[in-house]
Amino acid sequence: MDRLLFGDNQFFGVNHMSEEKARAQSMRFQDIRTVINVLDSAYDEGVKSFMCTTHDRIALVCDHMRTNPERYKDFKFMPCMPYAHKYANAVTDDGMIGALKRFMPDEGFLNAAIRGGMSLAKKDIEGITTLLVDAEMKMFAGLNTPVIFLQNVVVDLLLGLGFKDAFRIFADHVKNRYNAEPAFITMNMPMLLDALEDVGVDNPIVCSNINKMGFRMCGGFEAYERALREKKFRAIAMSVFASGAIPPKEAIEWICQQPNIESIVFGASSRGNIHNTKELVDSYWPEKARIPEFA
Amino acid sequence: MVRIAVVGLGKMGLSHHAMINAHPRVKVAAVCDSTGYVLDVLNKYTGVRTYTDFDAMLREVELDAIIIATPSSMHSKMVKAALDKGLHVFCEKPFSLDTKEGEEVTRMANEKGLVNQVGYHYRFVGAFQEVKRLLDGKAIGEVTHVKAEAYGPVVLKPKGSTWRTQRAQGGGCLYDYAAHPLNLVNWYFGAPTGVGGSVLNKIFSQDTDDEVFGTLFYEDGKSAQISVNWSDESYRKMSTKITIFGTNGRICADRQECQVYLRDEAAAPTGYQKGWNVRYTTDMTEPVWFYLRGEEYSAQLDYFVRCIEENDAKNNVNSFEDAMMTDRVISMLIADAEKGPSQRAGDALPEAPKKKKSWLSTFSS
Repeated sequence: MDRLLFGDNQFFGVNHMSEEKARAQSMRFQDIRTVINVLDSAYDEGVKSFMCTTHDRIALVCDHMRTNPERYKDFKFMPCMPYAHKYANAVTDDGMIGALKRFMPDEGFLNAAIRGGMSLAKKDIEGITTLLVDAEMKMFAGLNTPVIFLQNVVVDLLLGLGFKDAFRIFADHVKNRYNAEPAFITMNMPMLLDALEDVGVDNPIVCSNINKMGFRMCGGFEAYERALREKKFRAIAMSVFASGAIPPKEAIEWICQQPNIESIVFGASSRGNIHNTKELVDSYWPEKARIPEFA
Repeated sequence: MVRIAVVGLGKMGLSHHAMINAHPRVKVAAVCDSTGYVLDVLNKYTGVRTYTDFDAMLREVELDAIIIATPSSMHSKMVKAALDKGLHVFCEKPFSLDTKEGEEVTRMANEKGLVNQVGYHYRFVGAFQEVKRLLDGKAIGEVTHVKAEAYGPVVLKPKGSTWRTQRAQGGGCLYDYAAHPLNLVNWYFGAPTGVGGSVLNKIFSQDTDDEVFGTLFYEDGKSAQISVNWSDESYRKMSTKITIFGTNGRICADRQECQVYLRDEAAAPTGYQKGWNVRYTTDMTEPVWFYLRGEEYSAQLDYFVRCIEENDAKNNVNSFEDAMMTDRVISMLIADAEKGPSQRAGDALPEAPKKKKSWLSTFSS
């Protein structure tokens, strides 16, 4: 994985500090060309991996990339699925099964499964999970997707419920069907690592908040430090600036001193900010200091 | 270990189940829902004991407490059965659609000394807690007016029928959305003496309201206005905002930040200064053991567990009694909205007092 990954919160009006800023960003990125311009800036600055939700508007970015294969030949999408709001609203409207029906590419499959005595066999659950992944992946057809993430609301819901097998099902499908690395976003990193270990997902890519002030690092700062020191996993740090609460230089200097972090994901809306972040990372995290990638 | 059951595995119930199941000092002893296939999947993959029959679960499973997240119309009956069994109860909001039933179970919980809490999670949001602290310290002087708003994209087109689309079942913008800002206003200022100018309007729904407006009146002349709309697509998700006007300044808070303008330094709490002050969620949020959808959801469940562990039913946050205050305001808004405008165009207006002759007119005559 590249050590700097580009995030997409800024494009969708997600801002953990201020709703006013979030709205200003929604307005600014209303036109997909503005989004693509920022992605172009990132690409030209050498930030070529894009961690993005499977939001409908990302499909437009995908279309653009497909029509310019030469320009974007090193561009990597790292889809984060599912786009949770879509499902949460659907569950509220139609109940769990109704929502599933809405998103299943093949409704007949689910109907048959439910008619079969209102009982879903394990293989049915696997089937449903993999079909949902495929539905989310459609927009990326023909594009480079080396890493595929399960998004945090789903990861943490499954984790809380103790539905650990789902991680295994997801990981296997992503590897077999897309020849991609399965990855997980979580707000509860130490607990997730234990769960992944339990179901035999080895050396997983796990993206979680890691920042100097411990913001949204559930399980506690020390548990995160211990996990980074002792656990075998490929860590991606997000919310490194704690939504802007830590000054950039201080945040990057600190994160680059932590052991075992393979990548940092960050969001920015201007070429200047992308450039500055890249420069800070290059200076505090020289290439030789990086851990060798696990196979 | 506190032994808990979760009843109702919809959106709220499922997320409560996930959060409380991850709590280090809680054992989820059983879950109950009316849909067999959801239970079946949970049982198969997580091993949790499942029930479709609520009463059978109460009979058969050893429990200390229960989380009720069923449709609102079922709350009172289930809460009563749980209290009868001596269980501590966490119930989703709105608490009760029937004031009499609500009062009865509130009395019961208090008599039995059982921990009782309702899921008004905004009281656990750092920014709204900061507002409470500022108001208690009289930071903005005497409050004269409050504006409480909530907007979001829930009903954006006509929909099929579920309990959430029926007012009689506890569905609609008033029960689902407006209850939250109303509850915050109740927390900050207590029960209003009356309401007026209430509007419950449909936008896309058939059998319930999509926008809610109204004024709450208080004894000291203070007023609060509610403006809520759950059919507003310009918001990404529910957004609740409170603006409070006082003689010494203004507070404006949402989930992310608390902005405070203070006119006079003398009344400023520690760390605050004259003019603008801004506190962000990153400064105001306490860490939680498990995060699913905002710290406040975890924090309210943790508070419930701690009250049970400490056998403390006196310091409930969002007690049944608190929730009943909000239920009563909701009932008043419904009754008031049915009356329509209190003054109509064409109604006789009170006669204007006759003008006294001024000293000027004596000169001109």
